[in-house]
Amino acid sequence: MSTSLIDLEHISKSFDGEIVLDDLNLSIKENSFVTLLGPSGCGKTTTLRIIGGFAQADTGRVIFDGKDISNLPPNKRNLNTVFQKYALFPHMNIAENIAFGLKIKNKSKAYIDDKIKYALKLVNLSGYENRNINLLSGGQQQRIAIARAIVNEPKVLLLDEPLGALDLKLRQDMQYELIRLKNELGITFVYVTHDQEEALTMSDTIVVMNQGYIQQMGTPEQIYNEPENAFVADFIGESNIIGGTMVQDKLVDIFGAKFACVDVGFGTNKPVDVVIRPEDIDLVEPEKGTLVGRVTHLIFKGVHYEMEVTTPNGYEWLVHSTDMFPVGKEVGISVDPFDIQIMNKPESEDEEAVGVNE
Amino acid sequence: MIYSKIRKVLGDFYLVFILIFLYAPIATLMILSFNASKSRNRWGGFTFDWYGELFKSATIMSAFRNTLVIAFLSALIATIIGTVAALGINNMRKVPKTVVMAVNNIPMLNADIVTGISLMLGFIAFGISLGFKTILISHITFNIPYVILSVMPKLKQTERVTYEAALDLGATPVTAFFKVVFPDIFPGVISGFLLAFTMSLDDFIITHFTKGAGINTISTLVYSEVRRGIKPSLYALSTIIFATVLILLIVSNIAQNKIKKK
Amino acid sequence: MNKDLRKVLAFPYILWMIGFTIIPLSLIFIYGLTDRSGSFTAANVLSIFAKDHFKALVLSIILSIVSTAICLVMAFPLALTLKSKKLNKGSLIVFIFILPMWMNFLLRTLAWLSLLEKNGIINTILNFLHLPSLNIINTPAAIILGMVYNYLPFMVLPIYNVLEKIDDNTINAARDLGANTMQTLTKVIIPLSIPGIVSGITMVFVPALTTFVISNILGGSKVLLIGNVIEQEFTKGSNWNLGSGLSLVMMIFILISMAFIAKYDKDGEGMSV
Repeated sequence: MSTSLIDLEHISKSFDGEIVLDDLNLSIKENSFVTLLGPSGCGKTTTLRIIGGFAQADTGRVIFDGKDISNLPPNKRNLNTVFQKYALFPHMNIAENIAFGLKIKNKSKAYIDDKIKYALKLVNLSGYENRNINLLSGGQQQRIAIARAIVNEPKVLLLDEPLGALDLKLRQDMQYELIRLKNELGITFVYVTHDQEEALTMSDTIVVMNQGYIQQMGTPEQIYNEPENAFVADFIGESNIIGGTMVQDKLVDIFGAKFACVDVGFGTNKPVDVVIRPEDIDLVEPEKGTLVGRVTHLIFKGVHYEMEVTTPNGYEWLVHSTDMFPVGKEVGISVDPFDIQIMNKPESEDEEAVGVNE
Repeated sequence: MIYSKIRKVLGDFYLVFILIFLYAPIATLMILSFNASKSRNRWGGFTFDWYGELFKSATIMSAFRNTLVIAFLSALIATIIGTVAALGINNMRKVPKTVVMAVNNIPMLNADIVTGISLMLGFIAFGISLGFKTILISHITFNIPYVILSVMPKLKQTERVTYEAALDLGATPVTAFFKVVFPDIFPGVISGFLLAFTMSLDDFIITHFTKGAGINTISTLVYSEVRRGIKPSLYALSTIIFATVLILLIVSNIAQNKIKKK
Repeated sequence: MNKDLRKVLAFPYILWMIGFTIIPLSLIFIYGLTDRSGSFTAANVLSIFAKDHFKALVLSIILSIVSTAICLVMAFPLALTLKSKKLNKGSLIVFIFILPMWMNFLLRTLAWLSLLEKNGIINTILNFLHLPSLNIINTPAAIILGMVYNYLPFMVLPIYNVLEKIDDNTINAARDLGANTMQTLTKVIIPLSIPGIVSGITMVFVPALTTFVISNILGGSKVLLIGNVIEQEFTKGSNWNLGSGLSLVMMIFILISMAFIAKYDKDGEGMSV
């Protein structure tokens, strides 16, 4: 379980003098569901293309199953890709599309027919063999693209924003479908998306990328609850990122008020970034709050209310709560110590470059 | 990957080979236009004489004038008729539309010699004497399809939604057309015009059959002189036309790139 | 303007096409199927089987098939190379291939005479390099060269147009599924370029089959093609009925080509300019 299947070592890549990946190191474990997550232009698709063999790294090596495959063309790599917008062959029907890779490998007709049946059943499209692919819906085309890839029994399936073109409902259904497929096939999935919800739902490891660097790598819970820097905190979910001062271990000063927290080791009277998720803020009676503010904005979001609470210094706190406080009402702000996440302020310019400017 | 590099180098070599193949005759003509010797394959020293003689030759100048006037007028008229027609065709039902587009393809797919002969027979049957106007009519005829094929795709892409949006915002249909639809299809109209102009300029066969006696374009003048030996002034004229177009295209490309960068 | 009114916009064009395309074409049928006195005869059409005419037709067919094949073989790798260059929207491609048209068609062809002649430029270079000289002027080979030179753009542009529309990922997908370069070409790229290839074949074959200019200039008066026969009937021989009859035979081939386009290029992908 814990051996690494793919290792990217010191990968750098630039297009027209623009650096897309800068000394990237990434290790992907066998049988894991790894998601590369980040805004457009962060280098996630390029990373996937380098693994797939469609792009060449300028420097660095790609190790697959213990062998250096950096110079191997895509057709010699034991992995398959599900492309953005599916890239099905328009001149072939469904069965021919799925059979493509097997026919290249000169498999017997019986074997191929068997595989087609098996793959179509796996993606819930049994009986669709002879349909024209141009008459399928986006979701169905998506399933065929997956079927076409998995019949080749790859060790790794690369998925490049496969759900990007689908509508919301279908996207959610397909997320569960992909998790099921992953478990049934027992192979490694490397998934690229800019949608943080998709990443949190499906992956066991998330790699957050920005501007060619890996910002943080970890389980969905780690990424969400313990963002390592302001970029990750801002990109994953919504959050209040506030400049504060670490008074001493387990005590942080925000806008002059002292909040208890659980972080230690930041020194004393040190400026830090404080991350508080909107749902972790408790709105209470003014006298019970650590800080006092006034509700300035209120929207009903279905599951919860979204409120803006403005404190006297002018900062607007984003708050999610199932309790409703009307606009104009004075409220107290209270946060449980373990819901406060402290981060070092970026020191060098280099770190600043990967900060919150997206 | 080493293979893809080899392929890239081979591709570049091939591209250069094709460019030489395409442009060698053109370079030859340009060189010949500066050749003091009248011979096509002996270099007699460098001269500008043919360029001087070109402007003195009444035959060449009138053929040149005819070529330009016919190319310009036929392209212009074809662009107007074709653009207006494209608007109409776009609103037709499927069956008449298919029929019209099939007829539209006839002059493009048909052999020039057949088009030329048929037009000649037509003019004679209608009692129109062959001359400047029959050349013009013929050129308009083979130019219209090019305009329609340039305008139709643009029209399909844009018209419905933007046109209806303009109506929704209170524009009259005519204003809506000129303010919204026309600017959208304008690139197609322009490329149709340029294509038509080029086709007309380069045509020989259809002009050959429909021109009658006493009038020449550059093409027909060259053809009549092939056996007797071409006056190098014609090389000079072609060189001037080619160089002018090349410079215009380069300038407009640079201008476009600058606009894009802004 | 409502929809019915807007259809009226096409009327001038429709009238023009009837007057200057459909009626003139029907005149060829009338002339071709009658004799000088105006009574029906099939003799004009059947005269294609006369020895000289048939020989010219067969030679025309052979030369145009050969030059179409050469154009295809030259154009496909060229279009692939151009696609791999990822030039912005092909404006430069059109530029490269349309530009020669501004140098007069006849002069361009004539320039090959200077290049190919016995004491022409190519032979001067070959002699200088002590290589055997190339004596193809006034032979069918020279005519094929002229055809390939003049009609190559008609093959390149439609093929390039369809190749441009193939998504890079479709090609990547074939590679991903194990196809090597050759298999990707034969199983994916070529099948997807059929509409462009068919358009290109037609756009080269028809003018090559019917030319009389290229054969006239590069073949001397030694090689007679069906185009030359017809042209002479109209300009020198003045037997319009015979010329029209032979044109009808030629039109059979053109119609076959059109049918091919209609079958394989339904969306007119290759035809777009």
